[in-house]
Amino acid sequence: MDEPILKAQGLTKKYGENVVFKDIDLAVQQGDIIVIIGPSGTGKSTLLRCLNLLTKADGGKIWLDGEEITAPGHNEDEVRQHIGMVFQNFLLFNHLTALDNVMLGLTKVKHLPREQALEKALSELKRVGLADRAGHYPGQLSGGQQQRVAIARALAMDPRVMLFDEPTSALDPELIGEVLEVMRQLALQKMTMLVVTHEMGFAREVANRIIFMEKGSIIEEGTPDELFLRPKFERTREFLWKITELYGHKHETTQPTEDL
Amino acid sequence: MIEWLQFLWQTLPVFLDGLRVTLELTAVGLIMGFVLGLLAALGRIYGSPWVRRVCVAYIEVFRGTPLLVQLFLIYYGFPGIGITFSRMASAYLALGLNSGAYQAEYLRGSIMAISEGQMMAGRSIGLTRFATIRHIILPQALRLVIPAWSNEPILLLKSTAVAFLIAVPDLMTKAKLVAARTYDPIGTYLAVAVIYLIIVALLSEVMKALERRVRIPGLEVETQKP
Ligand SMILES: Nc1ncnc2c1ncn2[C@@H]1O[C@H](COP(=O)(O)OP(=O)(O)O)[C@@H](O)[C@H]1O
Ligand SMILES: [Mg+2]
Repeated sequence: MDEPILKAQGLTKKYGENVVFKDIDLAVQQGDIIVIIGPSGTGKSTLLRCLNLLTKADGGKIWLDGEEITAPGHNEDEVRQHIGMVFQNFLLFNHLTALDNVMLGLTKVKHLPREQALEKALSELKRVGLADRAGHYPGQLSGGQQQRVAIARALAMDPRVMLFDEPTSALDPELIGEVLEVMRQLALQKMTMLVVTHEMGFAREVANRIIFMEKGSIIEEGTPDELFLRPKFERTREFLWKITELYGHKHETTQPTEDL
Repeated sequence: MIEWLQFLWQTLPVFLDGLRVTLELTAVGLIMGFVLGLLAALGRIYGSPWVRRVCVAYIEVFRGTPLLVQLFLIYYGFPGIGITFSRMASAYLALGLNSGAYQAEYLRGSIMAISEGQMMAGRSIGLTRFATIRHIILPQALRLVIPAWSNEPILLLKSTAVAFLIAVPDLMTKAKLVAARTYDPIGTYLAVAVIYLIIVALLSEVMKALERRVRIPGLEVETQKP
């Protein structure tokens, strides 16, 4: 097997006495689209934050393209530009236009000349279908549009892998489709992705692997068919059943939006 | 009334002289206080435990003691340990240090409100901590703080009157002179009150204009929060 893009071994995270997760092993290969599911409070968000070093793990190691990024003295800021992150609540820079949100990393992190950054930022906005909203501030955009700008902001850094933390959970139902559609497009472009989501339609259709996490451990992982049709554990079956009940399949079908 | 206006007209040059000093005290105190306050707020939020302790101590000491005591300590107390400040320098220092402690607390509130979330977002694209504070957090926090902070210039303007007690030639000191010379304390102090009032009204307008000017489109609701 090829060298994984992102690999974690024995990853452990505690907050004081509270062990969030323990001994997590994970390998993300080039082109993988891995969906992580699991009940709330299981440590999925914390896991993603540990993977791009936004939170320091208490144990275990992480490698990016074979290089250990948890090694002492490793430049964390350098690492983060190669790992894109999309948050549940968008977290756009509210004082900047959509274009400037996408450009900031290009000018301040990659130190590209302004024209080049502008061109790149515009093309990323186009990629998420928002070229016509470049001059809008986050407060002037819908939740779905904000999340697409957030995706463009992460993509602009040309990351090796994109982490999504429940990217559609904060959205009104009618806005979920446009974000999932952008993510589907990324999948078609062979972007490597690690996605925490409860959108089971998306997971079944797009993921090549699903990881079921509960109480800080990986309970089961496999292809969508393995988990949906032949889960090894009763807990997996129960959770999938509950989640499908809750979220249904209403977003399963593609909802094309006019500007895509 | 007519008489009083005539009186005001005649004494105005003296008052304006004092007003200039009062405005200087306010401006220097405000700017010095802003720089100190920003450093103290940043130090208290992002600093190492040691830096944090120093910032907390500064803020608590200067908010917890009367401005007048601070002024007297600087002007009358420091010569005792061999450091002498002029009247003006003492007043600047006391006002700046005092205002800084208050401004630190205003700024701390808004920086923390913005930092939650925005720090993570900034760092997620590879910005350093310092770059995130500079490019993401401060531009938003400084806008957010304006409504609360806009009291500070007004409070400070009024606080400068304590400089009278170490005979800095500010508006109050001039008023005392005029009152003694004209035997009309009521007319004099009324005139002074009116002058302070006009400046305060002007400052309020400036603050409102500033708030409008830096408003972020689409975020109107947030910036108008009391
Ligand atoms: N900054 C933090 N400080 C203390 N506890 C935290 C912090 N962040 C998360 N936790 C705890 O870690 C656990 C997992 O949280 P999280 O990763 O958000 O779960 P999930 O994303 O799966 O819902 C929760 O019990 C939560 O209370
Ligand atoms: Mg979560």
